[in-house]
Order: sequence, then structure tokens, then C-alpha cells
Amino acid sequence: MANALVRGSFISFGLAGAFLALAVQAAGDNFVVPGSRAANEKSCVEQTDFMRRNHMEVIKHQRDETVHGGIRATQHSLAGCIECHGAKDPNGQPLPINDEQQFCGACHAFTAVRLNCFDCHATVPAPALGATARLPGALGMGSWHPPIHATPASRMNLSPGQPQPAER
Amino acid sequence: MMNNSSEQIDQDRRGFLGAAAGVATVTLAPGVLLHGIATAEPRAERVTDTVRYGMLIDTTRCAEGCSACVTACNQENGLDLQRMPQGMDPAKWDRQEARWIRKVKLQDNLTGHVTNLPFMCQHCEHPPCVDVCPTGASFKRADGIVMVDRHLCIGCRYCMMACPYKARSFIHAEVEEKLTLAPRGKGCVESCNLCVHRRDNGQASTACADACAALGHKAILFGDLKDPESPLSKALAALPSRQIRENLALNTGVRYSGV
Repeated sequence: MANALVRGSFISFGLAGAFLALAVQAAGDNFVVPGSRAANEKSCVEQTDFMRRNHMEVIKHQRDETVHGGIRATQHSLAGCIECHGAKDPNGQPLPINDEQQFCGACHAFTAVRLNCFDCHATVPAPALGATARLPGALGMGSWHPPIHATPASRMNLSPGQPQPAER
Repeated sequence: MMNNSSEQIDQDRRGFLGAAAGVATVTLAPGVLLHGIATAEPRAERVTDTVRYGMLIDTTRCAEGCSACVTACNQENGLDLQRMPQGMDPAKWDRQEARWIRKVKLQDNLTGHVTNLPFMCQHCEHPPCVDVCPTGASFKRADGIVMVDRHLCIGCRYCMMACPYKARSFIHAEVEEKLTLAPRGKGCVESCNLCVHRRDNGQASTACADACAALGHKAILFGDLKDPESPLSKALAALPSRQIRENLALNTGVRYSGV
């Protein structure tokens, strides 16, 4: 009798565990970090499933275009990833995107793929650390980076007289 | 041949766009605002060799004891975020810390005449650093800017050996803080890139030239060497100027007058 009880509880625990895993999988369809700008967007700069498989190809292609060709008016920049997918702590300070709980860091830790973009690249959007924050009047990424998404005008915080950014 | 013809097409289109923009400027408004918006757009097309960026440094205007250009460069490119590794000999750090621009003081021992000048990558037309690079990391952009593609740099430092101007620095340790505009990491070589992010963003000048002008010295003039109408070309035509180590026939993009 006692054995049956123990076995029963094991089974129920096991089932509960399986359901939990399924639930996480279902809810985890969206890996975007809450609180980031990306959490409010329908999709990334390309289709989500495409980005999951090919984001490294996209930014690798873009880096050559930018470094050698000087092309910066693009949606496919690493700076754009960081700007959109970076979350902030309760005090409003941006969190490094390669932290283990954050967008890049979490997935790369899970898949055990070493991420070395951030050996050189900044891990937070420019205004927090960039020239803008330190040098009044200097141009940081924040002020010149093109809109990553075709963001609705209501969220762009533009004054009525200002020209709307062109959709790309 | 193919390259030439495609380049030709690009130039034609640019000319047309330029003309169209000019018309729009005239018809819509008397100029200033529309022009300002147009130049603030980040670059969407590849750079071409229709421009070659360069500088003229008038050493007679360079003030002794002033290092505004160095400070501005350090802030612009995040060089002031470097930290000395713990326990390192400060003298060693002084030699290893990355510097893109230096203030140099020359004295003629016969006459006692002192010359001050800022010194940085000379952006050669035939850069020795590019010749020796085994990976293609050290390269010259179409608009004449000599720079390092850190994605390809393996940190061998051949370019530092080849450079006659001691213009390049090597990053020896991991870098904690870096700017979005100027990535920086352990194991790569770097040097002045004529504020390449400003070029791609349509800004007129470099951080060092702006800082120098802000103090009223105006010793550094930045511009396009290929445009005969640019202030730089006109200044070069008016003032006697020299290339440093002109015997190497590198055709530097940075010229000095008064040396």
C-alpha cells in the first residue's frame, strides 16, 4: 500500500514535470526579454524563425558592408540588435545584453555557443555609455541610428512638426 | 572593365540625385533646413573613390601646451575608457596604452626653434601596413581612410612594425568599457580612422579638428583632397606643405605646413 502510494506520487510528480516542460515550451515561443523594445514588436527585422537560424549570417554580412563600405543606414546592425533587445533594470539602467539572463547571453549559454561579439562591441545601447552621455552635443548612436522597425508614429514620440522617418 | 562601367553608372546617378536635391532645396525653401536633414542621414551606399579624405596641419597655429585634439580624440573614440591592468608598471602602461593622436614637439638644436604638431595615422595612398597584413584586416577604404577590420585582425602586429609613423596601437588586455561607435577588444591593432563614423554619418569634420577650431587655433583642417574647390585643397594650394617622410613616396593624406 505504502509502495503504491510512493509510486503514485512519483508518477504524479513526473507528469506534473512533463506538463510544466510543455507549458514552458509553449510560453517560451517568444524568447524576447520582457521590458526590451523588442517585446512590443510583432517580429524582428526579418521573420522570427529566419532570425533564429540566420542572425549570425545577417550580422556577419552586415559587418563587412559597414566596415569596408561604410554603410550604416541599415536594419541589420549589431548596434540595432542591442538597442532593441536590451532590457533595463528597475532603475532604468540598461543591462548588458550578453549577461546570462539577457537576450544574447541566455540563448548562447543554453546552446553552449561562445559569443565573442562583445569582446569588442558595447553591450548596452549607445546613449548610456556613448559619446552622447559624456559629451554634450556630441552625436551618439541614439540620435542617428535609423528606426529599426517601422514603429507606429504614436510610439515614436515625435513632435507634430517633425518629419516622420521613412519606412524601410 | 566591368568595375569601371558600374562605377560610372553610380557616379551618374549620384550627379543626378545631387542635381535633383539642389532643385528641391531651391524650390521648397531657402536651403538650410533641408540640406541639414539630408547630410545627417547615415550612409546607405558604399563609399567610392570620388573623394579622398585628408588633413592639412598648420604647425604655426598649433599651440604649445595645448592638447585639445588629443583629449577630443580620446573622448570621441573611447580611448579614455582604457584602464591600466592591476599591478602593471605605470611606465609600461604608458608605452602600451592605445593612442590615436599624439602631440609632438620638435626643436631645431641649431636655432632653438620649436615646432608643435599633432601626429596620427597619415592615411597613406600606398600604406605599408596594408602591404604587410597577412589577413587583409589592415585595409584602405575607397575614400582613402586606412583602418583595421578587427573581425579579421589576428593581432600579429606586422602593421605596427611596417608603419613609419608609429601610428598604431595594440590592445593588450580585455577592455571593459567601450563605445558603440568604436568597438575595441583584446588582441587587435587600431589607429586613427579619421572619425569614420562621422564620415558615414555625413558630419563635416573630425573630433580633433573640431576641438582645435573650438579653441580658435584652427591648426587642423580636414577635408576632401580630390575636390579642387574644398577648403582643404585651396589651403594646400595656398600654403607650402610637406609630407612627413616624403622620401618613402607613400603620398600621405595628412600634410604639414611650417615644418
